[in-house]
Amino acid sequence: MHEGVLLQIERAERVFGGGRTLFGQPKPAVHAVQDVTIDVRKGETLGVVGESGCGKSTLARMIVGLDAPTGGRILFDGRDLVAEAGRDLRRLAREVQYVFQDPVASLNPRKTIRTILEAPLIHLLHLGKGQREARLEELMDAVNLAPEFLDRYPHEFSGGQAQRIGVARALAANPKLIVLDEPVSALDVSVQAQVLNILDGLKDRFGLTYVFISHDLSVVESVSDRVAVMYFGRIVEVGPGRSVFRSPRHPYTHLLLNSAPAPGRKSLVSEDADTELPDPYNPPPGCAFYARCPRRTDMCNSRMPSLESVPGEEGHAAACFHPHGGT
Amino acid sequence: MAEAAAAPAKPAKTTSGRPDSLHLLLNNSLATAGLVIFALIVLAALAAPLLPLPDPDATAPANRLLRPLAEGHLLGTDALGRDILSRLIWGTRVSLAVGISATLIAAFFGSLIGLVAGYAGGRVDTLLMRGIDMVMAFPYILLALAIVAVLGPGLLNALYAIAVVNIPFFARNIRGIALGLSRREFVDAARLSGKSNTQILFVEVLPNVLPVIIITMSTTIGWMILETAGLSFLGLGAQPPQADLGSMLGDGRKILFTAPHVSIIPGTMIFALVMSINLLGDGVRDVLDPRLKSGALTRPVARTAVMRQIVPEDIRPDRNAVLDVRGLKTEFHFGGEVYKAVGGVDMAIGQGECLGIVGESGSGKSVSAMSIMGLVPTPPGRITGGVALLDGEDLFAATDERIRHLRGSAVSHVFQDPLSTLHPLFTVGDQLIEAIQAHQPLPKAQAREKAASLLKVVRIPNPAERLKSYPHELSGGMRQRVCIAMALANDAKIIIADEPTTALDVTVQAQVLSLLDALRKEHNAGILFITHDFGVVSAICDRVAVMYAGQFVETGTTDDILSSPAHPYTAKLIDCVPVLGQPERRLDAIGGRPPVVNRLPIGCAFAERCPRAQDDCRAAPIPVTELGEGRTVRCVHPLTGEAADA
Repeated sequence: MHEGVLLQIERAERVFGGGRTLFGQPKPAVHAVQDVTIDVRKGETLGVVGESGCGKSTLARMIVGLDAPTGGRILFDGRDLVAEAGRDLRRLAREVQYVFQDPVASLNPRKTIRTILEAPLIHLLHLGKGQREARLEELMDAVNLAPEFLDRYPHEFSGGQAQRIGVARALAANPKLIVLDEPVSALDVSVQAQVLNILDGLKDRFGLTYVFISHDLSVVESVSDRVAVMYFGRIVEVGPGRSVFRSPRHPYTHLLLNSAPAPGRKSLVSEDADTELPDPYNPPPGCAFYARCPRRTDMCNSRMPSLESVPGEEGHAAACFHPHGGT
Repeated sequence: MAEAAAAPAKPAKTTSGRPDSLHLLLNNSLATAGLVIFALIVLAALAAPLLPLPDPDATAPANRLLRPLAEGHLLGTDALGRDILSRLIWGTRVSLAVGISATLIAAFFGSLIGLVAGYAGGRVDTLLMRGIDMVMAFPYILLALAIVAVLGPGLLNALYAIAVVNIPFFARNIRGIALGLSRREFVDAARLSGKSNTQILFVEVLPNVLPVIIITMSTTIGWMILETAGLSFLGLGAQPPQADLGSMLGDGRKILFTAPHVSIIPGTMIFALVMSINLLGDGVRDVLDPRLKSGALTRPVARTAVMRQIVPEDIRPDRNAVLDVRGLKTEFHFGGEVYKAVGGVDMAIGQGECLGIVGESGSGKSVSAMSIMGLVPTPPGRITGGVALLDGEDLFAATDERIRHLRGSAVSHVFQDPLSTLHPLFTVGDQLIEAIQAHQPLPKAQAREKAASLLKVVRIPNPAERLKSYPHELSGGMRQRVCIAMALANDAKIIIADEPTTALDVTVQAQVLSLLDALRKEHNAGILFITHDFGVVSAICDRVAVMYAGQFVETGTTDDILSSPAHPYTAKLIDCVPVLGQPERRLDAIGGRPPVVNRLPIGCAFAERCPRAQDDCRAAPIPVTELGEGRTVRCVHPLTGEAADA
């Protein structure tokens, strides 16, 4: 294990479906996540970008133990905690926590905020009453909410406030790593900035490590140290945020960056209409991006490109036979 | 529309603007009648030992079969001379007790099975539910008879039989709800908080299922009383001499023609009891069921009510504008509260022009757009002011027939979620043909040709084949293209696009935006584009209107507004969005929250959150200031310095 690596994902794979029916017919299987290998270092923010259906949420759920990989390993601090999570989620939950996309749906409508925030303190940290009270106050302060909100119900909160409660709950167990699954995409733009700023402050204050999952490139760029781009269940490009966004190598990353709307950007580069994800039940033998790729050649359709590091750029790798050149 | 309707409803809850459950129940006159009758019956039954009633089991053969209103026997006597009134009240007591306890037992075990099956899923679910299916496969009365036959007749055994027979009903109902709840995010969250499965099931899931259990109980209890009566009528329930409504009915059966009152009186009681419980149960269901609560019982009319206090007459229409809206005001009336969702909006859209409305959720941008063609639901919405001129014709004064003609032809809509706007059971071809034929008298073959050519217009490859696809067979981007094709079907002059790309992925969003941009030029159609994203605005809109708390706070060309925003809100809104390529940029959040539109301040609605606010901002309504050609701002202290520099 390298120095400073907190989370190691080794060839993780998640297949949904599969197996056989009662009569021995094979059931169709979908590879939601395939052959994903990536390290998360202590104290960094790893951004994971991709469009819907690319497997980023499945990856997130596997890291926190809500879903089990069907292949490969996920090591936390060198221990295979995720395999343990199948038996007891609590040990993993003390180290890794999760912030959900929909802030209101992730809070039980019939519980007060106090009950919701106390649950991890009771079940994970086994704190006494007095300690809990102190910790609750600390948590509410950390996410910049008044302590009198503790006795209210979730429906009384706006989306931004509810998401801050979601963050406070993730913080409660004192984890080392927090997985944030689209934490701001359900929020209004004005509130989005609030939550992003709070997340930024908490990272320094509590020495946290983030895995930040989003489909919004500008948000990922503004928060991440390193970025992984996912397409059709695989990582197609990974590297320091600066190099991935300034000189993307994979044609898909290129397309994503050129499609993103930005204030002041007049025309968006767009492809033809005939561009869809490959059929997940019948994946292509080669690169999944083949059908949409402007740089494709015959070899792309027959062999799967592997992640190759980009010469001259530390830690930047792309899975493409014909990558774009550096700038 | 959904967001706008939900936004004003929220504060209402906290300020008790919405009546509570009991008041809602009492509003329902049938349910109230049921409640009163049921309460009277229950009171009488409870008070039976205190009332001056003769012994219900004391026989007096000399006084047999007395008619009602006989001396000493208000309701007469039965074949053994027992007082019917006394037996009726004591019998009701027994029937109620049996019915209610059977319901409680069935609810307890049924809900438990349903909860466990729904939460555990997989094999446990299959095993439990197939067991339940087996119980359901027997005719219920046969099953009840079989149980009583095994246990022997008696009231208690009848109670068990009825409870067992009704367990499947609860189990199936509760399992469905528990299944849905168990996949919700808060259950995952509880798991990550370290709760065990048992804790999650009973502490997290159960409280959310409880209303459904209560609803199911309230609708089954009447049925249970009937079944008890049925078993007793057959002689398998209450044993003589004990009185119970069913056995009283059974006793009267043989003398139905000689002394009808002996069976008619308990029959009437059963009828009154069950009827009152059912009425009450329906009322309880209407109040507690969240789906009905959200307004599914109110039927909005086909068009928004127009209640303008002053109808403006001498409005000179803007010659360049296809759609010209002046002073539009739309309100929602909930209970006693008035929510001013749109408070005076002016906009004009020319041929082939794209006007963007930008704002946060709840700012009234969707309601403004929906008001134009009267698509805001009434009740509770109503248009209270302004005009909307389409080529000089006032849409708010037009007949319903005329509006129906214009909807989908001259003015068409593209909504956010194409999956919910397209009908899932018809092919996209059928839906396009329907849209065409609604406005043009074309034979089917020609309409089909036109539909195919429309799909070609929106760049869908292989259009003739695609016409046969169902919506779920298309990707999100393709579905939205179909919606756009439908909007173009009848030569629309104005397309109202309400966040058409928000649900799409970035690469697909780029495709749809460039398609819309190209189409408006080809077809010379104006677009009213609603969004919250300044990036999307830059890609397509010529002019922008920034909306806040129901009013436009700034309008102008896209370039002007983005390069030199004049209203502090616009500037803040632009600053708080991360921009691609500028990761070091400090995001500047807007403090505070937007005002509630039922309590708008007199002055500027943004003053509470504005860094430049002074006393005069709060004193009086803020007038619109012209800053230049087509550029307005609603601010007394605009950021003019920056504007001058640019």
